[in-house]
Amino acid sequence: MQTDWQPTCSLELLRLRARLFGQIREFFAGRGVLEVETPLLSQALGTDPQLAFFSTQYESLPNQSTLFLQTSPEFAMKRLLAAGSGSIYQICKAFRNGEAGRFHNPEFTLLEWYRVGFDLPQLMTEVDDLISLLFFDYGLQVTQRISYRDVFQQYTGLDPLVFSHHAYCAYALAQGIPEAVTICADDHALWLDFLFSHKVQPHLGKNALCMVYGYPSCQSSLARISPENKGIAERVELFIKGVELGNGYYELTDAVEQERRFNEEIGIRQQRKQPVAVKDERFLAALYSGLPDCSGMAIGLDRLLMLLSACESIGDTLSFSIHRA
Amino acid sequence: MAVYSTNEFKSGLKVMLDNDPCAIIENEFVKPGKGQAFNRVKIRNLKTGRVIERTFKSGESLEGADVVDVEMQYLYNDGEFRHFMVQDTFEQYQADNKIVGDAAHWLKDQDFCTVTLWNDSPLAVTPANFVELAIVETDPGVRGDTSGGGGKPAKLDTGAVVRVPLFVQQGEVIKVDTRTGEYISRVKE
Repeated sequence: MQTDWQPTCSLELLRLRARLFGQIREFFAGRGVLEVETPLLSQALGTDPQLAFFSTQYESLPNQSTLFLQTSPEFAMKRLLAAGSGSIYQICKAFRNGEAGRFHNPEFTLLEWYRVGFDLPQLMTEVDDLISLLFFDYGLQVTQRISYRDVFQQYTGLDPLVFSHHAYCAYALAQGIPEAVTICADDHALWLDFLFSHKVQPHLGKNALCMVYGYPSCQSSLARISPENKGIAERVELFIKGVELGNGYYELTDAVEQERRFNEEIGIRQQRKQPVAVKDERFLAALYSGLPDCSGMAIGLDRLLMLLSACESIGDTLSFSIHRA
Repeated sequence: MAVYSTNEFKSGLKVMLDNDPCAIIENEFVKPGKGQAFNRVKIRNLKTGRVIERTFKSGESLEGADVVDVEMQYLYNDGEFRHFMVQDTFEQYQADNKIVGDAAHWLKDQDFCTVTLWNDSPLAVTPANFVELAIVETDPGVRGDTSGGGGKPAKLDTGAVVRVPLFVQQGEVIKVDTRTGEYISRVKE
């Protein structure tokens, strides 16, 4: 008899998830943020070379076209913002191909929200309020806000904004991670990913929420570049107990700059011989028509549940992880 | 030999790393939401027994290692090599002291053990988890002491020394856990 029909999480976790969703909805309802729903299946998607996507064939006979499962609801939500929705949030599934592990399931649940008129510090304050509410019974220490540059320097002694191949290599060798030299070569962004995830992240948010802001601009993604410092992007990441929980931006509203980044990423994809990503022209058109100044945040709710329930693996929070789906 | 990509890495998989055969102990997928995916792998060098951590870029691959565990009977020690035999094929293998290592403490003629072969030559020898060995030398115990408190050293017929309770006598056969080197019980003849 097969036993793997059983859920991967306990029934208690089902109830915890339901309660969490309830608290989140109440939080945003209280602040007048509108709950929305956007398509999981789209005709276009992000070009980020770090994200692998799922595609499927849509049969609308006599035509056939390729549709994609969204890697995040970001573009669709920004189209709503450009259409004048005002501040919005949603709880939805997102899909990332090939991502499976203790903290990853290829299908996962995101809370994503956008606040019209908020800058990054204002958004961080709201995140703090939400996390304080959700972790009310857990006695988290006071929230830390620290810049990427400071926290990187604190734990590695290296300057993340100024790439010194020599200094980075010397550090990797001294730390017993010589493979970093081969893997990262002269790719600054890759070095930052490697060193941050190995040497910085594990220390962040010891029983507290830690917000790291001001990412190097080579890791700007969809954040705008700081007007005061071209080397810094208006991006923030959330960590609790060393777990990456969320990512937010003071959103890029400059359509020309956005299109330039898309083209750059499409070029990288071609270079690496990755599947072709279709540039989302409707999203770009929305930006050209005008995205209001806003900040947005995405939080992985399965990981949040891991932290709330002290689960070891993301599968322990899911009704059925990918292995049993 | 097959080639394994990071997403096929799992505990027990034998791969070649830096020209040595290794066994994967643990594989953790690490990926910043907006960055490069890595696999942090804990891996044991099967030649040296050392455990190291190594990070791979996700999608990298390693060549598989032709490493198999074979149950064999320990035959004898000729001074330089110890000899082992596969029971059903009568195929024999020899291994020097460096390969046999600490397993030598627990190998008694005719006993069964696991020989790890790499490209068909012995790489390591693992004794059975429990072995029964005779005590060849120990101080006389105190009569009436049946508890385990204290204990005394006892030399076994393989040369190993283990701590045994005071009531255990020279000439007796005892059961030992080879993973911890601890006395388990007396064996009734």
